[in-house]
Amino acid sequence: MSPVITNLLLKSLGETLYMLGVSALIAALVGIPLGILLVVTEKGGILACPAFNKPLSFVVNVVRSIPFIILMVAIIPLTRLIAGTSIGTTAAIVPLTIAAIPYTARMVETSIREIPSGLIEAAESMGATPLQIIWKVFIPEALPAIIETMTVVIVTLIGSSAMAGTIGGGGLGDLAIRYGYQRFQADVMIATIVVLVVIVQAIQFIGSRLARKADKR
Amino acid sequence: MIELKHINKSYDGHITALEDINLTIQDGEIFGIIGQSGAGKSTLIRCINMLEPPTSGEVLINGKDMTKLSQKELREERKHIGMIFQHFNLLSSRTVWQNVAFPLELAKVPKAEQEKKIAAILELVGLTEYRDKYPAQLSGGQKQRVGIARAIVSDPEVLLSDEATSALDPETVKSILQLLKRINKKLGITIIMITHQMEVIKQIADRVAVIEKGKIIEESSVVDLFTNPKTETSRKFIGSVISNELPEGLSHMNITKERQHPEDLTALRLSFRGDVADEPIVANLIRKYDLDVSILYGNIDYIHGVPFGKLIVTIAGAEENIRAGLSHLDNLPIESEVIGYVPSHN
Ligand SMILES: Nc1ncnc2c1ncn2[C@@H]1O[C@H](COP(=O)(O)OP(=O)(O)O)[C@@H](O)[C@H]1O
Ligand SMILES: [Mg+2]
Repeated sequence: MSPVITNLLLKSLGETLYMLGVSALIAALVGIPLGILLVVTEKGGILACPAFNKPLSFVVNVVRSIPFIILMVAIIPLTRLIAGTSIGTTAAIVPLTIAAIPYTARMVETSIREIPSGLIEAAESMGATPLQIIWKVFIPEALPAIIETMTVVIVTLIGSSAMAGTIGGGGLGDLAIRYGYQRFQADVMIATIVVLVVIVQAIQFIGSRLARKADKR
Repeated sequence: MIELKHINKSYDGHITALEDINLTIQDGEIFGIIGQSGAGKSTLIRCINMLEPPTSGEVLINGKDMTKLSQKELREERKHIGMIFQHFNLLSSRTVWQNVAFPLELAKVPKAEQEKKIAAILELVGLTEYRDKYPAQLSGGQKQRVGIARAIVSDPEVLLSDEATSALDPETVKSILQLLKRINKKLGITIIMITHQMEVIKQIADRVAVIEKGKIIEESSVVDLFTNPKTETSRKFIGSVISNELPEGLSHMNITKERQHPEDLTALRLSFRGDVADEPIVANLIRKYDLDVSILYGNIDYIHGVPFGKLIVTIAGAEENIRAGLSHLDNLPIESEVIGYVPSHN
């Protein structure tokens, strides 16, 4: 492989990691609280508010059911509004994040629902406020599951970021398509695949380790 | 003092879980509530700390009506009411120490004071060495000890126990009950415990209420309930701990309902309580009525220090002496019953 290609590979890797890092971070910062909100505001929840819960749940479902490639195109005006442009790596972060948020929220919601109701009851019997229940029961008890969720989210984002790459987002997916596919450079294709596999494996490995470490059950 | 006045509770407007419950629980007593599964026990105990607000009625704790409090006031009150659960409900992500710290953190107790209290409580429940273990690394009995430590670390006046021993094996049940008794005596905490096991009531309760289909059908001291149960349900519960079945070891004796042979011995079951347990019943039968008495089985159960005895004996002797002996027994404040006849060659 020529140094030019190596440089291209490194640059693409950097772009991919940038897209992943920022979109996963925002997805976590928004998706996790959203997941918690979905649980606490539902009927019978510790901050029950169906009037808020129902529309929120609906929006989450709608966004989740749109295939990423369509979502990406459909929200171009929004992307332009946020990123100032609709092409480029930074612009790709907008649809990536928007797709990852509802997924994260639903997964977090599920893991919090799996906490035995007795724990919430015990906390309530000790006079815990809803906020204390969220901080001291929900988050620590669901932490292993939340880490696993974020691992899946990041791995999924790698796939989506490759798609985003094809519309000018850069990154490894873009590289594989432009050089490996359109210019028949098999070595680039193979190198990209190897790098992708290594990233996915590494993320999966780290995620599982962290989740196991957090899991005291 | 805890007073429940005309408590009604229905779920979804039509399932009646509790109907006109009236109870008064004195400070410092251990009050048991026993009933079958589905009787409404958990609902009732949850009404006391308002985890399940009653549909109507008053829950007075030291005169303060829990049903009239705001959420904020209620949370304050709950800090003075500990609760333990059948499935322990410990936080799996916290160590023993951190679990016990939980209520103190909620109440924002200063760190130094927290540490003093937790150390003392872990000592009391015998878990000092386990302070850094996670619940998953503990046995059921140890988990319940953590549950108890967590419930009493903030010095509550009342401890509510929802089937706290139901998930434990009999040996562990005993040790947990002893611990609860010690806490009751040493710290003066009022304990309200619901259970479907008469053994639990028998071992530590002072007074007991029997609940069936959402209603209290009987309420008395534990000794009175055992001596003089007024309802069929109570009798069944008592039967579960003081059985009237023949002990298994006697099955080889071929006790028959009818006398097979003139020489057969008469088998008697004598049940007696407290005051008469000291009387020389057997000695009198031998001395005054010239009967041969052999003891097949004997057992004394103590319920709050009151002995409940059971003897199975065979008697032999002249026909008229046996009759006189039996009528003598009838005049004593004990229950005697001919349960059959045993072939004399035994
Ligand atoms: N959250 C609930 N919703 C509807 N019905 C309930 C609920 N909790 C309990 N019940 C009903 O109330 C009755 C009493 O239940 P419970 O108090 O749990 O009984 P116990 O603890 O004696 O087994 C049962 O018929 C039960 O099905
Ligand atoms: Mg129950």
